[in-house]
Amino acid sequence: MQTGLEDQLGLYQKRIPILTRSVKGRFRRFKTSVLVLAYAIYFLLPWLPWSRLDAPAQAVLFDLPGRRFLLFGLTVYPQDVIWLALLLFIAAILLFFVTGLVGRAFCGYFCFQTLWTDFFIWIEHKVQGERPARVRLYRQPWNREKLLKVGGTHALWLLASLWTGLTFIFYFAYAPQLLLDFFTGQAAAAAYITVGILTLSTYAAAGLMREQICTYVCPYGRFQSVMYEPETLAVHYDARRGEAARGRAAARAGQRTLAERHEKGLGDCVDCGLCVQVCPVGIDIRDGLQYKCISCGLCIDACNTIMDSFSFPRGLIRYDSEKNLALPAPAAPKVQWKRLKTIGYGVALVLMIGYLGYSVATRGSFDRAVNQIRQPLYVVLSNGDIRNRYQIRITNKAAQEQTYVISSRGIPADAIDLGNFREITIKPGHSGLVQASVRLSPDVAARTQRFELVITPQGKPAEANAEYVRFDAPGKRP
Amino acid sequence: MSEQKLQSQTVQTTGHAWDGDLQEYNNPLPVWWVYTFYATVIFAIVYWTIYPSWPFGKGWIGGVSNITYVNSEGETRTHSWNTRALLLEDMNKAAVAQKPYFDKVEAMSYDQIAKDPEMSGFILSAGKSLFAENCAACHQAGGQGVIGFFPNLTDDDWLYGGSYEKVHETLMGGRRGYMPAFSEVLNGEQINQLANYVASLSGIAHDAPKAAAGDVLFHSETAACYYCHSNDAKGRQDIGAPNLTDNIWLWADVPAADTAVNKVAAIRGVITNGLNKGVMPAWSGRLSPEQIKVLTVYVHELGGGQ
Repeated sequence: MQTGLEDQLGLYQKRIPILTRSVKGRFRRFKTSVLVLAYAIYFLLPWLPWSRLDAPAQAVLFDLPGRRFLLFGLTVYPQDVIWLALLLFIAAILLFFVTGLVGRAFCGYFCFQTLWTDFFIWIEHKVQGERPARVRLYRQPWNREKLLKVGGTHALWLLASLWTGLTFIFYFAYAPQLLLDFFTGQAAAAAYITVGILTLSTYAAAGLMREQICTYVCPYGRFQSVMYEPETLAVHYDARRGEAARGRAAARAGQRTLAERHEKGLGDCVDCGLCVQVCPVGIDIRDGLQYKCISCGLCIDACNTIMDSFSFPRGLIRYDSEKNLALPAPAAPKVQWKRLKTIGYGVALVLMIGYLGYSVATRGSFDRAVNQIRQPLYVVLSNGDIRNRYQIRITNKAAQEQTYVISSRGIPADAIDLGNFREITIKPGHSGLVQASVRLSPDVAARTQRFELVITPQGKPAEANAEYVRFDAPGKRP
Repeated sequence: MSEQKLQSQTVQTTGHAWDGDLQEYNNPLPVWWVYTFYATVIFAIVYWTIYPSWPFGKGWIGGVSNITYVNSEGETRTHSWNTRALLLEDMNKAAVAQKPYFDKVEAMSYDQIAKDPEMSGFILSAGKSLFAENCAACHQAGGQGVIGFFPNLTDDDWLYGGSYEKVHETLMGGRRGYMPAFSEVLNGEQINQLANYVASLSGIAHDAPKAAAGDVLFHSETAACYYCHSNDAKGRQDIGAPNLTDNIWLWADVPAADTAVNKVAAIRGVITNGLNKGVMPAWSGRLSPEQIKVLTVYVHELGGGQ
């Protein structure tokens, strides 16, 4: 029961520890496979080799000093920040889309808080035993056994947290070297600080705070309600079936079979409490849909196990929609996507993924920025010619050294003077600066409003890139 | 519980009474306030021990935090924490970071620097900030100068020569441009004739007969203009005498004058009064040799070089 703040004794309510019982079933299997897959990716990806000419052989490397992200064959530069914006947009829309369809699937199966808490509970279970053993251990005074088991659990948690933190920094430098440096005291201060913070926060969030993160810290759980619709699938307790006319009741003699129970007006719920015992956030799903529920489906597994053992039909707790449950005769629950909101999210998702894919696939091999030098805008030369100057910055985004040729369109070919650098060779990931002077006779200058500067990677005329620039002269209006 | 506590409390007063019944409540401070206050006291004491705090005698208590830096003479100095030492420490770090580049500048020839893309990039940025700090006060931020006062460095005309060596010479030793006031030796009509002649050299509308007379005067011993500006009026770079036949004006503000008459008048003004303000200070000794070398390449590049 939730109590109002005014009724509580203090402003802070002491946490009642949640000691969950393990359970077997479809959702448990799904959760475990997601956990194994996610951990495999997170912990092993930094160790995946990938040969490169100019960077460490690591498939995924966030090279902050070099100001680039190396993702397999793709190099992402700060200029590509739009991709990050698109990615975040896609992630947000995907979240809304999935939540509208099947509720808090992210919370229940994919959120790192859920994954790490699940893993930490698994450690706790392996060291301290099943729920009754843990409850007994919790209640007994501090003796040798309790010290060893609880201490061991926390030690293993800290170890897992440390490796989590270490793995995070492995993404930012060549992992084998960084690992060596880290334990020989050679790594940068930032590495130790990051690992320290991540170790402590992982330990605190997944070991100590657990469901309090979801309940009190995470904003998503609180605004999920605006994404839910009556058609949204969520973990529901079929109260009509479970409670019937006279409520739930234990399966005592005389009320063990469905026929007996229905005759007495009892519901199908045998009030075993298993759904509460397996719940990682410590709620009773039979109280209805509530904000603490992370939709992990473990109570469904638990209930189905009990239903099977009594040979009752499964699905007393199941994924269903409020709309379906309210029908006189609920149909088989299914994903209902034919809604304006869902279709809208879906279309936005497809468009954005398409745009991101297109943008990545058609990225140029270099970036260019052309600025007219504005102090002075123009210079009158000794023979009366007008000279404008331009600064051209070229960033090589390709994986190899490249020579760029600079030329002009719309002015006489000999008007442009690039000094010593008619072509410039730039190392991968580097920028080069070229000054271009353009000199026009007064009459040509008077009729030239703008012209094009063309930058062509040598040997790749198809990738040429042009930019219009102004040409200023005395007496000319902008 | 907390509500019960509040209800059971009777309001305390300080015990004073004024005017018979005026009393003062004695409400305790909120606990969070008191502890925050204690925390600020502790913070202050910790702060005093780390950073400079109290005046003491003729100095002050320096605190335990020190800043060590190397000053411009290469001596290592340690001070108690202060923002000046902090700045010197930063400047020193920046100087150390720049040193490899300045060493390269020292070792390389002008041509090598200009043709090395990496060094060119360094010249563009380091030269720009050196120019902004030392030169822009007169020559303006972009080197465009001010007509009547400071030469434009971005055009293709060089008073004293535009080779690397000449630009370097100008920077090291400074320059002094001088032209006598011809009102002392010529009358107004003669000056007018000379002005028309100079206008004719640059294709500005002029009085042809006066210009012809000016031509004679220019090459005569009376005015003796050709001594400095040379026979063809193209000037002499060895003494910084400007070329009078091109479209570039430094002293007479011809481009700003709207009519031909005013343009000639502007030229007349310079001949009449002469000028003794073309002074550029010497930078040798004020800037390091490498800094002057950077500026040499930067200024050379500004005008496209020679």
